[in-house]
This record gives sequence, structure tokens and C-alpha cells, in this order.
Amino acid sequence: MAVITYREALRAAMREELQRDENVVVMGEEVAQFNGAYKVTEGLLKEFGPKRVVDTPISEAGFIGLGIGASMLGIRPVMELMFWSFSYVAFDQIVNNAGNIRYMSGGLINCPIVIRGPGNGGTNVGATHSHTPEAILASHPGIKVVCPATPYDAKGLMKAAIRDNDPVYVMENTILYNDKGEVPEGDYIVPLGVADVKRVGTDLTIVAHGRAVITSLKAAEILEKEHGVSVEVVDLRSIRPLDEETILASVRKTHRALLVEENKPFCGVDAQVAYIIQAKAFDDLDAPIGRVSSIDAPQIYCKRMEDEQLPHAARVVAAALKVLA
Amino acid sequence: MAKPAVLTHPESLKKPAGPSEFAKHPANTALSKAEKVALYTKMARIRHFEQRCIRTYQQGKIGGFLHLYVGQEAVVAGTVSLLGKHDHIITGYRDHGHGLMVGMSMNECMAELTGKVTGCSQGKGGSMHYFAPDKNYWGGHGIVGGQVPLGTGLAYAVKYKGLKGCCLAYMGDGAVNQGAVHEAYNLAALWDLPMIFVIENNGYSMGTSQERSTAHPGCLAKRAEGYGMAWDVINGHDVYEVRAKTDAAVKRAHEESKPTVLEIFTYRYFGHSMADPDKTYRDKEEIKGYRENKDPVLLFENELIAEGVLTPATRDAINEAAMAEADVAAVFAEESPDPTVADITKHIYWEEDNRGPNSTSRGTIIFE
Ligand SMILES: Cc1ncc(C[n+]2csc(CCOP(=O)(O)OP(=O)(O)O)c2C)c(N)n1
Ligand SMILES: [Mg+2]
Repeated sequence: MAVITYREALRAAMREELQRDENVVVMGEEVAQFNGAYKVTEGLLKEFGPKRVVDTPISEAGFIGLGIGASMLGIRPVMELMFWSFSYVAFDQIVNNAGNIRYMSGGLINCPIVIRGPGNGGTNVGATHSHTPEAILASHPGIKVVCPATPYDAKGLMKAAIRDNDPVYVMENTILYNDKGEVPEGDYIVPLGVADVKRVGTDLTIVAHGRAVITSLKAAEILEKEHGVSVEVVDLRSIRPLDEETILASVRKTHRALLVEENKPFCGVDAQVAYIIQAKAFDDLDAPIGRVSSIDAPQIYCKRMEDEQLPHAARVVAAALKVLA
Repeated sequence: MAKPAVLTHPESLKKPAGPSEFAKHPANTALSKAEKVALYTKMARIRHFEQRCIRTYQQGKIGGFLHLYVGQEAVVAGTVSLLGKHDHIITGYRDHGHGLMVGMSMNECMAELTGKVTGCSQGKGGSMHYFAPDKNYWGGHGIVGGQVPLGTGLAYAVKYKGLKGCCLAYMGDGAVNQGAVHEAYNLAALWDLPMIFVIENNGYSMGTSQERSTAHPGCLAKRAEGYGMAWDVINGHDVYEVRAKTDAAVKRAHEESKPTVLEIFTYRYFGHSMADPDKTYRDKEEIKGYRENKDPVLLFENELIAEGVLTPATRDAINEAAMAEADVAAVFAEESPDPTVADITKHIYWEEDNRGPNSTSRGTIIFE
């Protein structure tokens, strides 16, 4: 298997899907001639030409809406948002139109669109550019949301998203773009709604998604070395659909759960996960469920404080020890 | 109005611009010598502050995005120099020049960039989010076009209160394609708001030239006609022209309560932000042409020297003082403390920061 970056894995997925299906179109601000603000789409214009890889004006409501409309007629647009934070300009299209059209038409119309881009904090750019909208979007039935944490998952989930017949919103992470990992060269998919046990353990289950998985793996390492605790890390990978079985199986084994995410706590993804665990595995729990989220405030600009605001390994370790106490 | 479509034609970059045709305009003859020197000083301060920022960024003390204003100084200098007590401004993320022009200190501006508690926003906003409401400056906004409806609201409030004032909302040539901008245009025209929409047309939105982003690219201001608004185009390399033509828009706002769209042609010398290597979408000759023949600070300097308002010696003194001021700001920013972890959850809600027996809120509002 080749070792490539998360960015290259995303690009490989788009490239293979552009080759496989002539209805796939990549569209967004600076994706073509500039090769992508974060170079995820680098080289695609050269290979596929301007009909398949399209630069748009700074008109998110317009071009995302256009993509949704085109998908209704069988185009499979893969729309880049330079940041998921900019989706707020196009919220009506993303939620009201893409999320409701199939339902409101009694199943007559499908909306096979992919919207992708980075949805993360930690880059020192302040509150307007640091949103993590996976919980907000996943709270709307009709919408699917995935958050890959590794290059392997990035490629597999992206390919599954493009082939999926519903709107799928892929939340990437600029801090992960240069992370490397083993990725098969050929075709494979990671189906939506399948979690992955990224580390096997016996004493505590950490449930995480996105970059919080990487943070949790670091924390698990410290817990093992410094505290002799064996931690299992479950990577959700997909927020909606959600793999309840994998979460519950792990908790039934370890009897303790810590939930880690980059979202702000109120109605975060982990609020739903906590509900599921207590409703379906209450008798298996030996301690109250623990939780680490970002500190509940708009994203602070100051880099040193932003690093404190986000879940980091030390905070995860401290919270884990509390659940284990 | 018949207007020259493109003021940035390549031919015009080959020779230095001559003296301003607008020096004798009443808006400019109204300026005393001291006021002209002060205006030049402000432009020089913006230039040197931004150049100092580059060094601080390269030293790794500023992170995130840093969008520089170098090359565009005459736009903000010309427009803001006309404003009075009840006039307000708001802009996008390329906001340092606006801050310095309304009188923010280099210290608070630099400290904000390094995320320090002594910054204008206490290290919470950063480069894209400067604010100084005490100076009628309402930011500093990171989302392209998002500030334009807000500016329209400021104009609405000025009118509502019966004040003789207006609001200038600045945006880029790429921002004109945001839906919110058009909704704001319609509201301003429909409700006769004292509003000036200022398009700072520097030819590019990130790596996209204006022709590639915009239908009817010849003139962005002309879209005003669709809303029955007045409009004008301005050579933004000539601060006298900016003042002369903006003056008419300010009068229209103050006296008739009518909006205007101004398209000001300008140019940015550096990449979109410090993260943009600026190697692919425009050629070096173009940048050189602007720097050598259209530089707004240099052109105004020549103008003032010809008028006898400035001497080479006073010019040098002004520039040296501005550089020294920027160096002091860099030290101040370096030595200032960070906000604390406890500061992260301050300034979220007024009610939370000011809870008392008469508060209208109860219950948990910041969660763990
Ligand atoms: C809604 C939204 N979309 C995209 C961006 C990313 N972005 C920031 S600045 C910019 C280009 C804007 O160009 P222009 O309006 O011409 O202003 P300039 O940078 O030239 O001053 C883009 C695409 C953003 N901040 N907000
Ligand atoms: Mg521009």
C-alpha cells in the first residue's frame, strides 16, 4: 500500500470518481486554476478540463444551490467550500433544499450531492472561520455527515459519499491535510455509518470523530504508559448515519465511556452518543459517561488560548482518569 | 453616467501618472497645508505598519491569516478623511488600513495580530476582526460580503435617529457577487438610506481575476443602476480623486439621504494573504508597473512636493517616524501578555458579564 497524505487521499478519491462517472463535476472557489485554496484539487483541472472542474465566484448560496439543482437532474456535483464556516452563507440551500427535497416530493426527487471542505478550528483564524457544523447539520434528517480522521478513511468515505444517492457533507480538517497513512491505490469504499476501532483496549472506551480521534489516540498512549490503563478508541467516522453497534459493543466490554469532540458542548454530537449509551447500555456502565469538548465560547483568536480551548491530550487524560476513578 | 471602464489598462502602467486633475477640486482646496501633511502621514503610517507586520509574521509571531493593504492606501485615506462625527465605516478582513485611518493606535493593532490581551479586541478577533466603535469603526469582518448588510443597518440607524451622517461599507471586487450585497443594495435604495457602498476593486479575489468571477466585468459600480442608485468610478491611486468623488457621495447621503455605489480601482502589492505565494495568477510585470507608476503614497508625495507642502526633508522625517512607531508597536505586541483561559468565556453575553439583581436572564448559559 502506498503511504500518502490525507490531502492526496481526498484527491485520489475525486480523481477516481471523475474517471469512473462522467456525471461527476468538481466545483468551488479556486478549485480549478488556483488548484484549490488548500491544494486538495491540485491537478484535476489539468487532467479533466474546465467542464469537469469548475471555478465559481464567491457566491456560496448561488453555486451550492446550483449544485443541488443539478444533482436533481442526475449530475453528481462535488462542491468545495473553502471552509465549512462559509456554509452559513448557503444555509437555506444546504438544509432546506438539499435536506428536504426528497421528503417533500414523496420520494420523487433525489439529491446526490457532495459538499466537502475543512470544518475545524485550531488554525488561529478566529471565530468566523473555525466552525465545526457537523452536529448542526446532522441534526436535520435528510442529510448525511462524515468526518474522516485518517487518509484511508478520507479516500474511502469520499468515494462512498460521491456514489451515495443522498446529500453527503464531508467535513475535512486543514490540520490533518498533511498527515500520512497507508491508502490502497485501487478502488475501495468505506461505507457511511461504519465506525472503526482505531485502538483496542479493555478499561475505557473513548468515542471520537475527526481530529479528536488523533488527540484521543495520543491521550490513550499517555494513559497506557503513565497510568497503566488500556484504552479503546472508537472513531465514529460517520456522524449520520451513526454506527450505534460499534459504540455499544465497546462500552459493553470496557464498562466506561469518555466522549471527545471538537464541537462546543451544547447539543454536540456527543450529546446524542451519550443518550444512546445510557439508553441502551445503562447496566453495563460502571461510571457516569465523561465528556471533553471545546471550551464553550466562540473560537478565540489567540493561538495559545485556542490550543487550550480545543480538546487536547492533557485534558483528555484528566477526563479519562476521572471516569476511571 | 458614461465612465471609463477600466482604469488599470496595461498601457497606463508603463509611464508614471501625472499630476492629479483633482487638486483644484473644492474638496481638496479646502484642505490646509497641515491637513494635507496629516493625510500623507496617515498613508505613510499604514504603509509602514503593514510592512512591519510582514516581518512580525515571518518571525512567527503572527499566525493565521494576514491580509495586507499595501498599495490600496489612497482608498481608505481619501474616503475616511472626509468623514465627520455621525459617519461610520465597516469593512471586510483587509481591515488594518481602516483601523489606522480612524485613529486606532499601532500598538493595539499590532498586539491584536499577535493575539495579546492589549490588542484592540483583546486577542479575541485577530487580523480580520478589528473593531473601534468609539471611532465609528464597526470592523473587520471575515466572511466575504457579510459586512455589507451590517453597514446598511448602521445607515438605517443614523437615519432613524435623525442624525446627519452616513455609513461607508467597503467590499472587494469578489464580494460583489454575494447575494447579501444585492439584498443590501435593494434595501438601501428602497428606503433611501444614507449609504455609500465602496468597492475596492484591486482586480483579483484571491487567485481569480475580475473577468473570471464577474458577469459584465467592465464596471461593477454600474450594477447600481439596476436599483436606481447613483454610482461613480474612481482612480484609487490618486487620493485627491478619491476625495473629490467620495465628497459628492457623502453630500448625497447627508443632504438627500440617498445611497451611492463607488467603485475605486486600486491594486494590492502582496498576495491575497501571507499564505498566498502569489506566483500563478498575475505576472510580475503587472505588479512592478503598479509599484513604479501608480503607487498612491508616492504619487501623493510628488503632488505635495510640487505644491510646496512637503519637502524631501519633512517627507523623510514622516516616514522615519512611522517606521519607528511600527517598531515600537512590534515590541509592545511582543511584550504584552496573552489572554488567560478564564478570558476565553468572557465577552460572550452582555447579561453574563453584567449579571445583577435586575438581569433578564437566568439559568446555565455557558456549558461544560
Ligand atoms: C463567504 C466567504 N467565502 C469565501 C471566503 C474566502 N475568501 C476570503 S477573501 C476571498 C477573496 C475576496 O476577494 P475580494 O472581494 O476581491 O477582496 P480582496 O481580498 O481583493 O480585498 C475569499 C474567496 C470568505 N472569507 N467568506
Ligand atoms: Mg479584490
